[in-house]
Amino acid sequence: MKAVLGAALALLLVTAASLALGVRPIGPSDYLDMMLAFDPTNADHVALATVRLPRVLGAIIAGGALGVAGAVLQGITRNPLADPGLLGINAGAAFALLAGGALLGDLDQTRVAMLTFPGAALAALTVFGLAGGLRGDTGPMRLTLAGAALNALLLSLVTGAVLLRRESLDMMRFWVAGSLAPAGSRPLAEMALAAAAGAILALAIAPRIEALSFGHALARGLGIRPGRTQGMALAAVALTTGAAVAVAGPIAFLGLMVPPLARRLVGHRLRMELVTAFLLGGATLLLCDTLGRLVLAPAEVRVGVMTAVIGGPVFIWIARGLRPGAQA
Amino acid sequence: MTLRARGLALGYGGRRIIEGLDLDLGEAPMTAILGPNGCGKSTLLRALGRLMAPEAGRVTLDGEDIRRLDTKALARRMAILPQSPVAPEGISVGDLVRRGRLPWRGMLSPWRAEDQRACAEAMAAVELSELAGLPLDELSGGQRQRAWIALVLAQATPLLLLDEPTTFLDLSHQLDLLGLLRARGRERGLTVVSVLHDLNLAARFCDVLVLLGPRGLVARGEPSEVLTPAHLAAAFGLSAEVHPDPVTGAPMVIPR
Repeated sequence: MKAVLGAALALLLVTAASLALGVRPIGPSDYLDMMLAFDPTNADHVALATVRLPRVLGAIIAGGALGVAGAVLQGITRNPLADPGLLGINAGAAFALLAGGALLGDLDQTRVAMLTFPGAALAALTVFGLAGGLRGDTGPMRLTLAGAALNALLLSLVTGAVLLRRESLDMMRFWVAGSLAPAGSRPLAEMALAAAAGAILALAIAPRIEALSFGHALARGLGIRPGRTQGMALAAVALTTGAAVAVAGPIAFLGLMVPPLARRLVGHRLRMELVTAFLLGGATLLLCDTLGRLVLAPAEVRVGVMTAVIGGPVFIWIARGLRPGAQA
Repeated sequence: MTLRARGLALGYGGRRIIEGLDLDLGEAPMTAILGPNGCGKSTLLRALGRLMAPEAGRVTLDGEDIRRLDTKALARRMAILPQSPVAPEGISVGDLVRRGRLPWRGMLSPWRAEDQRACAEAMAAVELSELAGLPLDELSGGQRQRAWIALVLAQATPLLLLDEPTTFLDLSHQLDLLGLLRARGRERGLTVVSVLHDLNLAARFCDVLVLLGPRGLVARGEPSEVLTPAHLAAAFGLSAEVHPDPVTGAPMVIPR
């Protein structure tokens, strides 16, 4: 319980810092002003309401959702390398968004953003199907390879499309690394709802996911239907990952880094882990975004680049810790 | 608690391993399934534990077909421990055993004192209480095996199916475990069906032996009826003598 409170405190501190720090320093009194007496002609108020506040909310939604998605994936696969980015689920959602944007028009429409959910779900099913996870157990190796294959396939499709189209630089930028800069124009409320639905589903089936991590035989002995549980878990992953991609674009490594940290804090108790992963995921993404805004100010480093810079070494560290043939 | 198989045929992809097997289990507290490698001991246990669909015939628990029973309701009556279960890396013994309570918990029900009691009692039974906080990976093979036993004991079912529960245990822990299971049978009516390798241990601790051979059931019944030179020759192709164990009087197999 202490660990959960600590994670919540961390999120609060990062939120306060992110709201206050920036090219233009803004104090708590300005926020109070903005909330109590919003003045549309005041440039500070407008900047807070349309840029900085949505950005903070977007980071918490996307980061929290990816933390939950990673914890669920690592739970059902018993694989510490399971991450929506590495498994190609981010790519599936982002691909659906780009394809929808190209076919239907504007990238930022709520309608187009909804395409991330079927995109993520389809990618998750594909990767699990390829890795044999629907029939039985997936080893870390097969699942990671299936994810790499799906990522490569979707990348080649996007590259092909980019080379054909004129406005392709935006597409490519969106594809390569997520960003929270346009958070103000994203459908934050809808995506917050979707992420919350995914998180609640994950919390509800958490004990069953725990049983599933013992393998199908023991799970069935404990009264679980493995297929149904996997299906619901993948639905939770699709909802959370889809929401994260619709808000911030594909963000790699966050779903990889956060759950092991949460487990270290609360042990192997999935409900507590999910709550902690949500809080830590939000705090981490927000911290990365705030640092990205500050390090090269007034230019900024995209948050997807920041998480990859931090996440790459963490990935290597986790992979090195795997014993040969480990079923983590 | 009676577990019955009627006309059971089991196999993998057309290759029949067991054909037309009738079996009544659960009238005696301890039953062992014995036989040579590859004769279908684990397959039979998996079918009894509804982990595998029979190609023909059915398994009933107190008269009801186990494949028709709700899986969660069944998990409150029958626990099964497969041969080499896998655990998430870094999980502690205590967190592992907690998961045995799953069939007794509702979607939203909190962790109750009853759950806590069942887990503490299960860990005490296998002498792991002091190690509850340790990661499973840091335990010895024998301690790990006992942690898995604690998980199915925490499940608190009247019927327990175990696939080679004594693997990885040294002799004294094998005796402890089988003794513990038999004591539970006597005190609380626990019924245990396990696949075992060691014929002499099985004869010493079990009330009923089911001996399988390369062509299906060879014999079943009390140890003294089952472990005869003729049956051993049929099941294992083994030439052996059977003498009473000087300590307990149970039949003891001595290969020639």
